[in-house]
Amino acid sequence: MTAHDPQQAARPNAPTTTYLYDSYDTAFVRERVAEFRQQVARRLDGAMTEDEFRPFRLMNGLYLQLHAYMLRVAIPYGTLTARQMRRLADIADKWDKGYGHFTTRQNLQYNWPKLVDVPDILEALADVEMHAIQTSGNCIRNVTADHFAGVAIDELEDPRPTAEFLRQWSSLHAEFSFLPRKFKIAVAGAAHDRAAIKAHDIGLRIHRNDKGEPGYEVFVGGGLGRSPFVGKTVREFLPREDLLAYLEAILRVYNRFGRRDNKYKARIKILVHETGIDEIKAQVEAEFAAMDRAPFQHDAQEFARIAGFFAPPPYETMPAMSAALEEAKRANAAFKAFVEVNVHEHKTPGYAIVTVSLKPIGGVPGDATSAQMRALADASEKFGFGELRVSHEQNIILPHVKKDDLFALWRTLDAAGLATANAGLLTDIISCPGLDYCALATARSIPIAQAISRRFADPERQRLIGKLGIKISGCINACGHHHIGAIGILGLEKKGQESYQITLGGDPSLSASIGELLGPGVTADQVPDVIEHIVDFYLAERQGDERFIDTWRRLGHARFKDVLRREGEDGADI
Amino acid sequence: MTQLKNPQILFASDLRDGEVLFLGASGWARDHRQASVARDSAEAAALEARGKADVAANRVVDIYLADVAIGAGGAPEPLHYREKMRIKGPSVRRDLGKQAQLAQAGEPR
Amino acid sequence: MALISDGKFVENDWRHLADEEDLPKAGKIIVSQKRLDDALAVLPADRPLGVIVANTTDPADLAPHFARLALIAVAFPAFADGRGFSLARLLRRAGFTGELRASGRLVADQSVHARQCGFDTIEIPADLAARQGEAQWRAASGAYSEFYQEGYGARGSILERRRKATS
Repeated sequence: MTAHDPQQAARPNAPTTTYLYDSYDTAFVRERVAEFRQQVARRLDGAMTEDEFRPFRLMNGLYLQLHAYMLRVAIPYGTLTARQMRRLADIADKWDKGYGHFTTRQNLQYNWPKLVDVPDILEALADVEMHAIQTSGNCIRNVTADHFAGVAIDELEDPRPTAEFLRQWSSLHAEFSFLPRKFKIAVAGAAHDRAAIKAHDIGLRIHRNDKGEPGYEVFVGGGLGRSPFVGKTVREFLPREDLLAYLEAILRVYNRFGRRDNKYKARIKILVHETGIDEIKAQVEAEFAAMDRAPFQHDAQEFARIAGFFAPPPYETMPAMSAALEEAKRANAAFKAFVEVNVHEHKTPGYAIVTVSLKPIGGVPGDATSAQMRALADASEKFGFGELRVSHEQNIILPHVKKDDLFALWRTLDAAGLATANAGLLTDIISCPGLDYCALATARSIPIAQAISRRFADPERQRLIGKLGIKISGCINACGHHHIGAIGILGLEKKGQESYQITLGGDPSLSASIGELLGPGVTADQVPDVIEHIVDFYLAERQGDERFIDTWRRLGHARFKDVLRREGEDGADI
Repeated sequence: MTQLKNPQILFASDLRDGEVLFLGASGWARDHRQASVARDSAEAAALEARGKADVAANRVVDIYLADVAIGAGGAPEPLHYREKMRIKGPSVRRDLGKQAQLAQAGEPR
Repeated sequence: MALISDGKFVENDWRHLADEEDLPKAGKIIVSQKRLDDALAVLPADRPLGVIVANTTDPADLAPHFARLALIAVAFPAFADGRGFSLARLLRRAGFTGELRASGRLVADQSVHARQCGFDTIEIPADLAARQGEAQWRAASGAYSEFYQEGYGARGSILERRRKATS
């Protein structure tokens, strides 16, 4: 039982596994709701024009899309309690159409809210310490972190205290709410970067200096979209106590000098590219040196206060191996497959991390019905201390499951249609909503994901192929992160038709790379065939247990292009 | 006054609920078949002027003219695939959006 | 133009001087940046003087004149162009203690941003003031009781309050 028991008020000394609001945090979100309620009223009566209202609407997560408004709820560093998940389900039923979409930045989107209802929705979120603050707009967005935070076997330090520290610092920042463009920060605290920090405006890699003091390697200027860039190091080691001041220095340089003449050249990645990292570094360091740092002198204390909330739950002392688990695997082949694909090593003996896939074969990637959300909430309470995570791969994570309980959990998930054993496999596709929902899109993305998913439905074939990340974006804004997919697909318009460009060789990890274009765009019908040709070539050529990206790097892009040229000789327009 | 390359209808979004609207003879309609069709530049300008007035009156947002072809039953059918999506709803959820409302009303889609 | 201070509409006793107009014998005038040297040379030292500057101004250019300037107005070419907020911070850091005025089509909802960054007053066009009257400015000014950021505004941050509560 965590302190999130809805029957009891939070007890100050009770163990918690994630941040709990104090009276200041609560007052802040309530005041934000009251402010937005007034802004909606003033918009409706004309005191605010649409141009004036838009930045404030966006800073409360509300977009106007193709068919309706869309509300993007913040899920800070992807962490949710069961109570919060249930509230998301209730909101879906009461004010939307009974489902939500988990996004590539660990948030949740509702696709059908009415503007007039949004203040009430925000109120319902505030009741459970949630909000939609700064999930859009030219401001600092949701700070994302490793979805295995706190439990990963390769973790150096839980990145979530840093993310929460930054969440508060960036909330209604008076100086940085009208930036040239959006600003995204991600934090990694493990050997494997599961947060794609080098694809962010600021990426923070937690590490220690020679004296063992905690600090950050600071990357700046990463980003996807129209012009993808890998973030560059601006500071190798930033002491923890300087984090807020240093980030303020970076934001000030960006706010002052980021381009405002062209929306597509306004991110900090362009400023870094056009100015050069050395010059940017010099400007940031000069600003950092010139700042009055006295206001920040007690930051270490606040950081420690926040970090105290992210304690491990009361794990039982368990043997590393679970006899019950091994027996269940022997008895049930489907369960065995689930364990081998969707269950990951935990730092505590006897426990496991479970990925609940929101990518059923032929389904809409990342969508969950309110019934499924409630099933997930129930499962987390029964089997996982009431805590869930949202990954930027659009799946749900149960981070604290006893190995002994895995079989019972799997049965529960299976009953709710949540037991697809494809985590990290080819059908675990990441896809933006695309032209089915999004006003910015140039093509649909979801039907492409569905078609590929159905083509590769066979679980054994998927496991033979192994880990292979396909990422699909419905426009150049790249919300599907196609640039860093091993196989990336970008939907564009060509001669009045939807047309799909395929890239290979993207890598979201610390050895980041941007995918290379395979050839001219193909039609929607051709995409599954092209993917199949690429995959078959990989299977034929791979050596040992090479992942797709390794084979691609070894053979080179030209060999893959050749495969499709040969196929093209049969008449396909590739 | 010049002839348009294609006839046009005026799209908008309802400020209060975000639904797609079409400017018709007697005001805003939720069904594209009730949209007024402009066939020359003067008619198109008149549609836009009425639309702008309702933007200023805080009734709608995001108005624009879209090219259509007149279908078999006389209904204006958008030419671009993006507007074809907007008159129906998500292609991956046929149970949602305008396509579902019309299906419920017993209309063939 | 209307002038807002602390959520209230107040009298504006400053006047913007057009570049082609002669420097007047009396009155509090705000000159443009390119007129500043001329005004400094001609006006008596005890005449209150203000200047309106672009939001891209280097604070170092104005620092030599801080003692002489009673007011610096920062132009906001668009309300969503946030460079003026950084400029205000930098002007205060450089030692300017006179009146800092944000000038442009700012909306009431930017009261807190302006105040926290060091602006004393906000100057908006009459048509905007007609739509966003004092009630809206007053409400917006008081929308938030506390802020998270350290070193902004007069009140002190949430982080300081937490620290004081535990000490």
